This record gives sequence, C-alpha cells and structure tokens, in this order.
Amino acid sequence: MEEQEEYEPLIVAFLCNWCSYAGADLAGTSRIQYPPNIRVIRVMCSGMVHPNLVINALTKGADGVLMCGCHPGDCHYLEGNLRAEARSEAIDLMLVDFGLEPERYRLEWVSASEGDKFAKVVTEMVEQLKGLGPSPYKM
Amino acid sequence: MEPEEQPPAASEEPTEEVPETPAQPEEKVPEAQPGTEEQPPETPTETEDQPPETPATLDSDEVRIGAFICHCGTNIGGFVDVPAVVEYAKTLPNVVYATDNLYSCAEDGLASIRDAIKEHKLNRVIVASCTPRTHAPLFQSVCEEAGLNKYLFEFANIREQCSWVHMKEKEEATQKAKDLVRSAISKAALLVPQEEMRVDVVPRSLVIGGGVAGLSAALSVARQGFDVHLVEKEAELGGFVRNLNSLSLAVKSAAETIKPLIDDAMSHENITVHLNSQVEQVNGFIGNFDTTIVTDGSSKEVKVGTIIVATGALEYIPEGFYGYGMYDNVVTLTEFEILAKNHKLPKIQNVAFIQCVGSKGQDKSYCSRICCGVSIKNALYIMENYADIVGEEGGGRVEVDVSVPEISSRRRRRRRITSAEGPGAPGGAPSGGPEITIFNRDVVTYGAEHEIYYNKAREKRIRFVRYSLENLPKVKLEGEKLAVSYFHQTLKTDRKLLADMVVLATPLVAPPDASELSKKLKVPLGQDGFFLEAHMKLRPIDFATDGIFVCGTARGPADITESVAQGLGCASRAAIPMARGFIQAEAILAQVDPTICTGCGTCVENCPYGAIRMTDEGTAEVLAAACKGCGCCGATCPEKAITMMNYTDEQLLAQGRSILEGVP
Ligand SMILES: Cc1cc2nc3c(=O)[nH]c(=O)nc-3n(C[C@H](O)[C@H](O)[C@H](O)COP(=O)(O)OP(=O)(O)OC[C@H]3O[C@@H](n4cnc5c(N)ncnc54)[C@H](O)[C@@H]3O)c2cc1C
Ligand code: SF4
Ligand code: SF4
Repeated sequence: MEEQEEYEPLIVAFLCNWCSYAGADLAGTSRIQYPPNIRVIRVMCSGMVHPNLVINALTKGADGVLMCGCHPGDCHYLEGNLRAEARSEAIDLMLVDFGLEPERYRLEWVSASEGDKFAKVVTEMVEQLKGLGPSPYKM
Repeated sequence: MEPEEQPPAASEEPTEEVPETPAQPEEKVPEAQPGTEEQPPETPTETEDQPPETPATLDSDEVRIGAFICHCGTNIGGFVDVPAVVEYAKTLPNVVYATDNLYSCAEDGLASIRDAIKEHKLNRVIVASCTPRTHAPLFQSVCEEAGLNKYLFEFANIREQCSWVHMKEKEEATQKAKDLVRSAISKAALLVPQEEMRVDVVPRSLVIGGGVAGLSAALSVARQGFDVHLVEKEAELGGFVRNLNSLSLAVKSAAETIKPLIDDAMSHENITVHLNSQVEQVNGFIGNFDTTIVTDGSSKEVKVGTIIVATGALEYIPEGFYGYGMYDNVVTLTEFEILAKNHKLPKIQNVAFIQCVGSKGQDKSYCSRICCGVSIKNALYIMENYADIVGEEGGGRVEVDVSVPEISSRRRRRRRITSAEGPGAPGGAPSGGPEITIFNRDVVTYGAEHEIYYNKAREKRIRFVRYSLENLPKVKLEGEKLAVSYFHQTLKTDRKLLADMVVLATPLVAPPDASELSKKLKVPLGQDGFFLEAHMKLRPIDFATDGIFVCGTARGPADITESVAQGLGCASRAAIPMARGFIQAEAILAQVDPTICTGCGTCVENCPYGAIRMTDEGTAEVLAAACKGCGCCGATCPEKAITMMNYTDEQLLAQGRSILEGVP
C-alpha cells in the first residue's frame, strides 16, 4: 500500500455560476484552505450538465466528479438544480454499469454564502477518494 | 440584459490590496510594461452600446490565443509562480502570446490586453486572475474595444479558487493554476462569436385585477404614456376594499377613499377597462405577449409587451372554528366590516376578537400580517361609534342580520343554527360602555402607523389577552351570550368571558383560481398558493419570467399602502423595457438543430421559462427573447439536438479532457 500514500486524487467539479461558483469564490475571499486536488469547470446551471460529461470525466481519469448547485428553491433558473438531482439518480446507475464506486460522484448544494461548506465538501471528498484509491480507469 | 443579473461588484474584496476600479491613477503601476506604447488615458466602460472599433480578427481559421496571467499584486503572485505559468502557457497549442500583469484590471493592464489583441492579431483572449463573477464584464469590454467579440473571451480563476485557498503549497497551487489556464485555453479555442439579439417591445401593458394594486399599477403605466388593458373579473373595480367599512380610521369611508383611483382609471384615455372579464390565453414572451381577453363569452385578442398580476386575495372562511357557521354572532373580520359599512351591526357591548384563526400553524402556516391592525381598527371603531351601534342604527337587534345581501350571499353555503337558541334576546340599551377583548398569540402591529393604533387601543382600555396554540380559547352558547373560555397565561387559571359577538380574524388566502392563471402565464405559485416572485429579497415584484410582474395581495398578505407601493413598483418595472422599446436577448442561449430534433417535446416540458415551443413542422424552436440559457433543455434532450451557446458539450468536454489528460 506504499503506492496509495503517494496517490493524490483528482476531482473535476462542475459548479453553477450563481450559487456554488460564488460559494467557492467566498471560500477564497475568506482564505479558507482546502486541498488543491480539485479543478473547477464553471457552468451556468447544474441542470445544464449532461450525464455524459460526468461519465466521460470518470472514465478518462478523474478520480471523482463533484457537481454543485444552488439549494432547492434557490436555483437561479428556478429548478435546474432539481433536474440535476433527478439526473444524479441516472448517473448513480451508470456508475454501477461502469464498475465505479458511488462515492466517485457527488452532488452537493452550495449557496453563495457557503464558502466553508464548499471547502468542507472538497476536503471530505479528497479524503474519501484517498481511501478508495485511484480510479480503475486511470492509466 | 438585466442589470441585477450581472455579476455583483467586487465589494467583498480587500480594497487596499486590489485596485477596485481600473482607472484609479494612484493604483497605476508606474513602470509600464516594456514595449507598451504610451496611450492617452482611457476609461473602460461597460456600456453595451460601445460600437466595436474593428471587426473581430477572425478572417483566418487560425486560432490565435493571448493569455494574460495576473499577479494581482501579491494576491496571486505570492502563492503561485506566475512567471512559470506564463512560460507554460506559451507552450500550449494556439497560444501566440502570453504575458503577466501586475494588476490586469488596472488601466495599464487593460491597455496591455488591448494592445496585444491588435499587435498579435489575437482572436481569443484568456485572463487568469480573480473571478469571472466580478471581472469578466470588464475584460470583455476591453476585448470589444479592441474589436474582438466579447464571447471570444475566457477566464481562469486562479485567485479565489487557487492562490487564496492554497496559501501554503506553492508548488501544488502553481500546478493547479497551470491546469486551470490549460482548461481555459482549451475552451477558448472552441469559442465562437455570439450576437446579442434585439427584440422589439410592444408598448402596452396588461393588468390583471382591478383592486387597489392593479388600479395603481394601471394608472401609473398609463400616466407614463403607455396603453393599458385592465382586466377585472367582477362587474366593478375596487377589489376587496369594496367590502370594507373604514380604513384604519381614515376620515372617509373605505369606498370614498379609493373612489379617485377608480374614477381616474375609468376616465384615463390610455386605459381600456374590461369588466366581467378574464384572461383566457397567454402566449409569447417579454415584449410580445399574445393574450386573449374574454368578456361575457366574447373574446378579444390583445398584444402586450408586459403583464402585471394583481389578482388579490380572499378571506379565509373559518369553517369549524369557534362556532362559526353555527352561531350567527360569530363573524369574520370581513363580515364585521360589511355589517358596519351597511350600518347593520347588532347592538353589541361585549366583543371578543380572536386573532390568528386558521393561520400561524393551524390550517395555514403563515402570519397574515394585516389582521392584528384590522382588528384593532375595528375595535376602535366600536369604541368611537358606540352610541350609533347601540342606538337606532342596528334597529335594536342583538343578532347579526344575515339578510344583509353581502352577508347572506356569504352565508348561504353554510350550515347554520338559527333556532331560538341563538342569542336573540330582547333589546334595551346596555348600560356602561363597550368592552372589547382581543385574544392574540402575538400582536403584529408592524411599522409606525399600526403601532400608533395599538397604543391608542391600549389608551382606550381595549384588553389584549394572549393564548397559545396548545391552549386555544373555546366559544359556546351560554344562555343569550357567547361564552369564551380561555386560559389566562399570567394568572395561570381558566377564565370565562361573556360576549355579544365574537369576531374571528382569519388570514388572507390565495384565490382558488390563482393556480389556473399561474399555468396560463407559466409563472409559479409558492407553497401557500400566492404568486411567487423571482427572489424574495432582491426581486420582490418580478417573476423569473421577464416582463411579468406581481403586486398586492396576489403575492401575499399586505395592506393597502403596501399594495399600492407594489403596484407602482410593477408599473415602473414594466415601463423599463417599454420605454426602451427593445430588449437585448441573452447571447448564451439554447439552439435546436431541427435536422436532429425528433419533436418529442421533452425540452418544452423541461424549460422553466416556457422558452421553447413546437413549430408547425413538428420540431422544437427556442424563443430567443425568453430563453435564459440555463441549459436544462439541452441536458434532457434525448437526441442531443440542443446546443447551449458558449457552454457547448464540446467545449465542456474539451475542458474536462484537458484537465485530465494534460493536453489542451
Ligand atoms: C377584513 C379586512 C380588512 C382590511 N382593512 C384594511 C385597512 O383598514 N387598511 C388597509 O390598508 N388594508 C386593509 N385590508 C387589506 C386590503 O384589503 C388589501 O391590502 C387590498 O385589498 C389589496 O389590494 P389588491 O389590489 O392587491 O387585491 P384585491 O383588493 O383583492 O383586488 C384584486 C382584484 O382582482 C380581481 N381578480 C381576481 N382574480 C382575477 C382574475 N383571474 N381575473 C381578473 N380579475 C381578477 C378581483 O375581483 C379583485 O377585484 C383589509 C383586509 C381585510 C380582509
Ligand atoms: S427534446 Fe430534443 S428531440 Fe425532443 S423536441 Fe426538444 S429538441 Fe427536439
Ligand atoms: S436554455 Fe433551454 S431550458 Fe433554459 S431557458 Fe433556454 S430554452 Fe429554456
């Protein structure tokens, strides 16, 4: 298990522009430190992310994918986040088909004021992925 | 296109570390970048009517990306090896120019971007600095000044999401910054210019509901010079206030107080009043709504640019509460007002008001806000008109005259005991003054005006007795009187009070047909059935759907002052696009490829804004003026026939791929 200690998981995150991306920004303005294992892709709404994008990332070498949207009721586009939530169920099923652990995909609601929550989610997920080991698709 | 949808100003930022505005001379970094020519000071503007100087440099297919990596003083430079990121950026495909800036958003930083676009014939620009939420508009406007379409710009956030959150690991932070820059560059290569479409706005409003809110809105819109169609389903204008007797002790009666509003609306040349009418159909989007108004079976098509919803609220009927419907002298606040207005109040001396009947955790969860003030108003009315009430006025009756037309029409539907058990005892003026008790769970007399009446009520010795939800008062007929038994919270004992009349303060509730209208307009209702605005705090009278607004009790309990203010607010919100004459549609919107679309309609169902419709050819079509660019349609289309401009799957995939494979 020597190798596992050196393994640094890589997380691809889709953050909605209005809440979660702003929440991640707030973590920055508040100087809340979290592990540098995450790479953010900004989207307008969590509801715009096609499940294929998630599966694609996970099968192309990401150890985890994090999807963040506004809390239910706060979506800038009314209910795009609920669409993302509904789609997450489909993604969970797809993970099984692809032989991936459910922990590799995570959907979280992060508001613009929850910089601390964003940092916590990332920290937790990094820990969790370290426990799981690298993605089987990682070459 | 709406200012509030733009990223907020960078107010939460440490201003002493970061130049807030680009053109502050003292923030200028004195040593100009080598090779940068002296330029007359220019203030970058964010106005959208800035004409591009030269057409975008897109004459060749060659993608020429310029990358500008910002130190942000030491904010980034202190934790990320910026020169290393610049050197790395230079090695990436399509990058023809890369440099660092001490402050990219300071005037000389902006000038260096402007100049590089021209000098190096850049046709894509990325800035790696703070956050696009605050600074994208600034850098985009610089691109436009240099003749580059602003949608050919991409951002990499290496401050808020990198240097500031990884302050103790420079190596990892630098690696992450490189990855983020690479990801931005991979997207930039796929960007295409977008045009923001202009859509004309019909300068005419539809106002639905002719209560005080709708009347105020209609008059204000009309006075600003626009046509208004005011649709009222009843035969008269005025709304709920027509039921009322007095208005918080105004000198005039309620009807007289609002008469000028009605008269002005009826006579204003810009207002067409449709009485006994309903809105049957609404299609279209901001600026261009096609509506059908039905009056007594005949319909009329009206094209409007904006819509104001002012359909009001109704009083909750307290079926099953405190003997209502069983005892004639248990009435609602509205019934009390109707009786008072018609001078038909029975001879009453001892009156109990019970607050929060059916609200605040009973049938309804919310507080109706106005009822405490209204009960106090009516308690004071009894005090101040007592002589009339016990004298000739009520004709000496002691029970409620249910034959008053407005009362009988309200009561007809209800179970009622009108036997001799009723409190129909023989008359005779009671001795002593009136005695009034207000049973409450909390007296909500908010604001200066209502507080004055509360104090006045105390001066007049109106009693306020508290009860709790666990220990509700009970009303029973006892001989000729209504006995109210209750638990006295201070004395901790059960007590009883004999009353001639019990008045129930019930909440305002959404009218049952609100849901029908909400479906026609494709705007949402909240959990209590009132119309739901776009944002509770920041956009209280806007719907998320552009061009539709809501005021008055249609959006929740409110008094007249608030309803009028909201009506006026709606009028000025509605006037903005109408005065401007056009709206600028979002450029980031959905596009359907009709050759792939199978016409399944999934997108139509999924669009929260009703921005997609089916064409006669059986394929989906996006209404550019209504689309908000959320992408919900695209991610649900089974055929992948929908592309989100500027956030295409191809672009997002490229970003993901470049992050993962280390290649752009
Ligand atoms: C008992 C009582 C006493 C009150 N006393 C006071 C007071 O003293 N002072 C005070 O400031 N406020 C008082 N209020 C509150 C006041 O009545 C409201 O603030 C006011 O009526 C709200 O005006 P509105 O225009 O929003 O709605 P409404 O007055 O309810 O008007 C809505 C109008 O829309 C019409 N309508 C409804 N649906 C449709 C449809 N689908 N199509 C077309 N037309 C439609 C209705 O017929 C009605 O004419 C009192 C309320 C109650 C219940
Ligand atoms: S979901 Fe796709 S295929 Fe179905 S109607 Fe809409 S665009 Fe066409
Ligand atoms: S992107 Fe699609 S779902 Fe979103 S508003 Fe536009 S048409 Fe509707």
